[in-house]
Amino acid sequence: MFILEKRPTPSRFWMAATPVLAVILTMIAGGVMFAILGKDPFEAVRTIFWDPLFDPQFSGYSRPQLLVKAGPLILIAVGLSLGFRAGIWNIGAEGQYIMGAIFGAAAGLAFYPSENRLIFPLMVAAGAFGGWVWAMIPAILRTRFRTNEILVSLLLVYVAQSLLASMALGALRSPDGGGFPGSRNLSQWATSANPELIAGTGMHWGVVAAFIAVIASYILLQRHILGFQIRLAGEAPRAARFAGVNPNRLVVLCMGVSGALAGLAGLFEVTGPAGQISIDFNSGYGFTAIIVAFLGRLNPIGILLAGLLMALTYIGGELAQFMLGLPSAAIQAFQGMLLFFLLAVDMLGNYRIRLGFGRAA
Amino acid sequence: MKRRTLLAGAALGLGLTLAGTAMAQDRTKACFVYVGPIGDGGWTYQHHQGLLAVQEAFGDKVETTYQENVPEGADAERVLTQMALSGCDIIFTTSFGYMDATNAVAARFPDVKFEHATGYKREHPNVATYNARFYEGRAVMGTIAGRMTKSNKIGYIASFPIPEVIQGINASYIHARKVNPDVTISVVWAYTWFDPAKEADAAKALIEQGVDVILSHTDSTAPLAELAKTPGTIGFGQASDMAEYKPSPRVSSIIDNWAPYYIKRVQAVIDGTWEQTDAWEGIAGGEVEIGEITEAVPAEVKAEAEAMRDAIAAGTYHPFTGPLNKQDGTPWLAEGQTASDGDLLGMDFYVEGIEGDIPK
Repeated sequence: MFILEKRPTPSRFWMAATPVLAVILTMIAGGVMFAILGKDPFEAVRTIFWDPLFDPQFSGYSRPQLLVKAGPLILIAVGLSLGFRAGIWNIGAEGQYIMGAIFGAAAGLAFYPSENRLIFPLMVAAGAFGGWVWAMIPAILRTRFRTNEILVSLLLVYVAQSLLASMALGALRSPDGGGFPGSRNLSQWATSANPELIAGTGMHWGVVAAFIAVIASYILLQRHILGFQIRLAGEAPRAARFAGVNPNRLVVLCMGVSGALAGLAGLFEVTGPAGQISIDFNSGYGFTAIIVAFLGRLNPIGILLAGLLMALTYIGGELAQFMLGLPSAAIQAFQGMLLFFLLAVDMLGNYRIRLGFGRAA
Repeated sequence: MKRRTLLAGAALGLGLTLAGTAMAQDRTKACFVYVGPIGDGGWTYQHHQGLLAVQEAFGDKVETTYQENVPEGADAERVLTQMALSGCDIIFTTSFGYMDATNAVAARFPDVKFEHATGYKREHPNVATYNARFYEGRAVMGTIAGRMTKSNKIGYIASFPIPEVIQGINASYIHARKVNPDVTISVVWAYTWFDPAKEADAAKALIEQGVDVILSHTDSTAPLAELAKTPGTIGFGQASDMAEYKPSPRVSSIIDNWAPYYIKRVQAVIDGTWEQTDAWEGIAGGEVEIGEITEAVPAEVKAEAEAMRDAIAAGTYHPFTGPLNKQDGTPWLAEGQTASDGDLLGMDFYVEGIEGDIPK
């Protein structure tokens, strides 16, 4: 019946059109699911995609929140995409995100309650360093001992989570907290706070950093020899070796950059929207960013858009839950559909669909 | 013609909007934020039962809505803000980790009432806190556990080392030892409120150590499911009755009953008499209930446990009554002295006899 025919070169049109098609298919399939759950499908889809942006009651608040939610996703995903392009799989951004927050918060809290203006920059540096160190463990193990960086970086997430719990209960616990877990609130201490830079925009330093990362990575990949080496190593590893690319150097570099960016995301989150080191401080940004990176086709501009779209489904999904009484599992299924359709229609970029009867040309 | 239709439409729209506002003013909106899914069979399930009770009690006068699986941290603040924007009059935030978010959002919405479960921060006049004296229920469970164990080993699956959980461990141990001086207690820290797989692993590990009675301070039924596989072991329903595991391994339960408190507070909002409070009720107030003690427990043990429950309810017995020493042997409560609420709320030590350390 249907025959898939490989295209000689990937179709540029379909590469651009498939994400849009995936969103439309998700709306249709999601609408069917919502209808089966007994909700008005049009209202549900409108609440998820339209209301956070344009509803007069909510948009004033939720539009800026889009940036707050997308900022860390984009920052982490941009870092990951460099490694993914070169075939270096850092799956442990969640752990690097946690370590960035711990290092940054610790660097700041050591000076509490000082009002020195240099403390925040120091915390930013410590945050990036924390994420970098955590990413260096799988990087060095891979270059020295040929261990698999996927496993090592992933397992280090669980180590980081245990460290986080221990910090929230021990070393970083707020002395004013009456024995309850959790650090002092960093966003309420002016020296360490990462507030909204322009009121009502949601723009905080983490969002600024995300935009800078997008631009820098775009330039790196398009205009710099290092970007060329990254792409070459991923697309043609043997050719890369002949061209004099040092694979070990690339591993250390890509892991380091993605770790540092994840650490920065953690630092900006703990000093801003989250406010404190607590046992459940991490909320899966490091893992969601992997999805964002692929949703954006490992392209910096694509990641920017994918991060915003992902944030929209989160915020709109929350609205749909309490405005329409949808269960949270339905929203998660809806987000899952988006990824499913994206991967499914991805094929259109590389293949052509033909109607026929088994006679391959 | 066209213009007239337009005007009529506008007028109709305006009328609808006005009617809408009027209706919104008539109905009080109560909103709930949950940390787990409403189907967890434990903590969140019980809060949701409270929501249903509110709906039942007030009918059309009150509109209720909820959001489940809300992570503690930055997401909570956004969910709370969106709820406040959607017209909620009172918002119940039902997990400890929502504390700072609740206070931050309360500052921006002075007309909305906020009720935070198990926290201690009330930074604005529109924030109240509430909790239940779960340790009273633990005293009753501890008594049954001490009588029922044959290996003299009791296990405890703990979530996080916060005062509320440590109170439960101490109360369980004190009362188990009171009826069985040979008893020892092993504590496993799960570092989660809700993770059936982890909770089951913890139960498995305890059973392998020879433990035959398990108490838990996590939210799922997984430990009971694990006990059901091992004959001769028992456990208790936690937060919810968990009646599907009756008559054994679930021999009794501690039930969080939030309904009376929720109804009282929503009523106060309707009447305009809502005030900031710090509620901490126990068995006497009906917030902590002891689930049916099944036939798997000998009649005399059942009678003993029920006598303890009634004594606590009547106020004639306090689960933390001296003489009690801290783990390191330093005296805590003298003969006949009872623990102050301040001591309990900041509890960060084990009582004498418990082995192991509280994680730091």
